[in-house]
Amino acid sequence: MGFWEVTLSLLKGLEQTCLIFALTLVLALPLGLVISFGSMSKFKPLAYITKIFVWIIRGVPLMLQVIIVFYVPGYFLGTPLFSRFGSVIAAFVINYACYFSEIYRGGIESIAKGQYEAGQVLGMTKSQIFFKVVLMQVVKRILAPMSNEVITLVKDTALARVIMIVEIIKAAQEFAAYGLMWPLFYTAVFYLVFVGLLSLLFGFFEKKLNYYKA
Amino acid sequence: MALLEVRNIKKNFGKTEVLKGIDFELEKGEVLAIIGSSGSGKTTLLRCLNFLETADKGSIYVDGETVFDADVEYNDNEIREKRLKFGLVFQSFNLFPQYNVMENLTLAPTLALKKKKLSGVEKKVALESIDQKAVELLERVGLSDKSNAYPCELSGGQQQRVAIARALVMQPEILCFDEPTSALDPELTGEVLRVIKGLKGEDHTMIVVTHEMEFAKNVADKVIFMADGVIEEIGTPDEVFGAPKSEKTKAFLSNSLEKI
Repeated sequence: MGFWEVTLSLLKGLEQTCLIFALTLVLALPLGLVISFGSMSKFKPLAYITKIFVWIIRGVPLMLQVIIVFYVPGYFLGTPLFSRFGSVIAAFVINYACYFSEIYRGGIESIAKGQYEAGQVLGMTKSQIFFKVVLMQVVKRILAPMSNEVITLVKDTALARVIMIVEIIKAAQEFAAYGLMWPLFYTAVFYLVFVGLLSLLFGFFEKKLNYYKA
Repeated sequence: MALLEVRNIKKNFGKTEVLKGIDFELEKGEVLAIIGSSGSGKTTLLRCLNFLETADKGSIYVDGETVFDADVEYNDNEIREKRLKFGLVFQSFNLFPQYNVMENLTLAPTLALKKKKLSGVEKKVALESIDQKAVELLERVGLSDKSNAYPCELSGGQQQRVAIARALVMQPEILCFDEPTSALDPELTGEVLRVIKGLKGEDHTMIVVTHEMEFAKNVADKVIFMADGVIEEIGTPDEVFGAPKSEKTKAFLSNSLEKI
């Protein structure tokens, strides 16, 4: 097995890794906002239910959640509810949305009451205040914790292999089955590049938002 | 007829009675200073006028129109419309940090425009007049050269002057100030008070909650001294400062005006 052959095969795995990463991010970012609204709701039952849900999702290993989503519906329906890939996305999106929701909540609750009141006395609607006044300030404040979470997601994609999704680690492990170990270690390079690019991107955003202090 | 009539406003926070029945009137173009110690209910009264708190009892009339009646439930839209009769300048400025000075002024009126259904041309004209108004107001508060600056680049006094201009863009009938200089360094209070004094000359009706006794004495047409949720004394500055009737007013004034 030559270097290029291995690289090509790992790149195919990386494609799955990227797909899980991108889909999870695109879906979990807005869903997290919805969940954070739930946990901050003035309607107490909704707030409690949301908090219990977040506790369960954050309290159970993501790997187990992937397995549950894929296998458990099969016990009751006789056939899986989601495909393998669909199960991974469903579990990842719900899991990450819960983590994001707590970061959003922290950011939203850190915005001074005076910002809302200033919007109110100027006759803005609640949604105008949220989207035009509060949200941008929240984004600035949560950028650092969000970059942490997003970087963790890159590496969590490796958990998809428990239900036979051939992401990059799984692709490398297939070589290991034939006694070829170095491709497994080689995957670290791909992760490092991926995370390195993300760090640069977050650094760029942080700089972009540095034009004001609050 | 008085521009503003406040009738029997009462407000409780839990079991604490903060306002125990406030009555007063204000004529158009008058400046009312509200003085009193912390916890006397001054700020709560101002917040009730601006719908940031909902009074439990009482009513408020502007120009003969009922803007608030404690017995009536108002929805969000009604509140938004009615509160625009009032403007409020906060102690802590509360400028929007991510917007520059000009954008701080134009944001609210521009968003209000979106609620109206206007044709393209009408919209353009309206937007231009908002910009023009904002430019005028910045000049009015002496900050024309700062229109592209961000709030974090301004001194406290400059920020508060921007906040005053921002409140004026909405053209409120009555502009309220909640201790506008309390968060400022002493050398910066003058520039803000001068702007407020200047507005008086332009016929703005204003209510100023303040600890600046000299300002209340020299600028206000009417002074209210509040203590424990009631109006303890009301009158012209000469009456309240020169010949206070109530013992509480006397005690407060002698403490406030004491030279150290």
